[in-house]
Amino acid sequence: MSGSVLYDAPGPRTIARHRLYTALTAVAVVAGIVGLVLFLDSKGQLAYSKWEQFVTPKYVRALLVDGLLKTLQMAFSSIIGAVLFGVVFGIGKLSDHRPVRWACALVVEFFRAVPVLLLMIFIFYTWGIGDGFGPYWSVVLALTLYNGAVLAEVFRAGVLAVPKGQAEAAYAIGMRKTQVMTLILLPQAVKIMLPAIISQCVVALKDTSLGYYIVAPGLTYIGKAMWTEFPGTHFQTAVVLAFLYISVNLVLTVVATWVQKRFVGEHKPLEVGMTALTTQASTVP
Amino acid sequence: MEDVFSHFDLVLKAFWLTVQLAFLSGVAALVLGTALAAMRVGPIAVLRWVAATYVTLVRNTPLLVMCVFVFFAAPNVGLLTGTPFLIKGTIAVSLYTAPFVAESLRSGVNAVPLGQAEAARAIGMTFGQNMRHVVLPQAFRASVPPLASTLIAMTKNTSVVAVFGLAEATFRMRYFVNRNADDTMLIFVIFAIGYIVLVELISLGAVGLERRWKAAR
Repeated sequence: MSGSVLYDAPGPRTIARHRLYTALTAVAVVAGIVGLVLFLDSKGQLAYSKWEQFVTPKYVRALLVDGLLKTLQMAFSSIIGAVLFGVVFGIGKLSDHRPVRWACALVVEFFRAVPVLLLMIFIFYTWGIGDGFGPYWSVVLALTLYNGAVLAEVFRAGVLAVPKGQAEAAYAIGMRKTQVMTLILLPQAVKIMLPAIISQCVVALKDTSLGYYIVAPGLTYIGKAMWTEFPGTHFQTAVVLAFLYISVNLVLTVVATWVQKRFVGEHKPLEVGMTALTTQASTVP
Repeated sequence: MEDVFSHFDLVLKAFWLTVQLAFLSGVAALVLGTALAAMRVGPIAVLRWVAATYVTLVRNTPLLVMCVFVFFAAPNVGLLTGTPFLIKGTIAVSLYTAPFVAESLRSGVNAVPLGQAEAARAIGMTFGQNMRHVVLPQAFRASVPPLASTLIAMTKNTSVVAVFGLAEATFRMRYFVNRNADDTMLIFVIFAIGYIVLVELISLGAVGLERRWKAAR
């Protein structure tokens, strides 16, 4: 680990020096926090009247039911779609037939390279608006395509991470290609991929907030409604929204870490670019 | 279709703004992220906790909410009132990206084999020499691929600032789509290609660096 690479176990003089630094930084941190609180207070941002709506049952219900629940629903639907998309295109990228492999790679690369918001706006204005399927499904579809493309890479890496001898043994006892994939490789790959898939839920959940731009339901929509009704409470609303997102995401991270320990063991988590591997190492927004 | 091509200067201007935003945010995020990474691997426990708290909080907050803080909440409190949108966008995107940069760099430090640093200490190198000559050069090399994905994700994330009125590429696409309901597909493809070019440039740069810096390991 990093600690042991960079420095030795400290001797008595170094320990004393570290104590001094610790005291100094602790003082600076406390001073910073106190300063921030005093500053916000001097601007009247901590007044009860500015926070009152967040303890009023009517608004709390709006936040939790129309906001958080809708956000979770959108994230959940898009992850289900993304897993399906990911399985199809991930296996497609492993195909023995060159045209299939290239077509799948093209689709995956395209949706990985285009910003989700751009995709969302395009889907909404092309199929969502007017008599179309509306902003909710535009968000879900955009997130399905983007996260599906990311998960396709995860699936591919997961299948490749199964030891090679397994497939060879399966072929040796006379299984066909489809059987090897469905009976031998996929079940084991899913186990390896599970933490990465759960971590991708964090990305999907955060990205549902972009629905704000096409007036889709969810936390950010309710947030806007609340600072419109109580003018000048942007700061308070943003704090509450951030708190809700962070709480849910931390729960997901804990679940991912637990699954990693329980099902995957001590192996390193799958490393795929653009995936939020929350446990360690490379993490990408 | 006519509309997009007769106003193609608007497309180019929008992408120029995206490039500026991505460049400024990239530099700021690298500086801040390096500081965070140094705090996280350093020997002072308090600094480690501060950096870890920042990383955890920001990584789990949507960029849109970060933007709400910078574009709406800060002016309400009397901060950043006269700041241009480009700078506000840079602040939001770089604050959001810094934790991801820090984690990429930290993974690079972790990739340096333990024995090398031990050997460096065994021949009497101080902490500073050890960092400068042995650990950091290798850590930077090992960080190139994760840093590149972080910067690519950041470049795509600059699109979120469109929501807050900065007329960069995504904002411009919505403008064209609004005016030309029949040509949404073509407009989307044009803007998508613009982003793909940016993403490819970054990843080509990263591959080049990786090849040049490849160390025998």
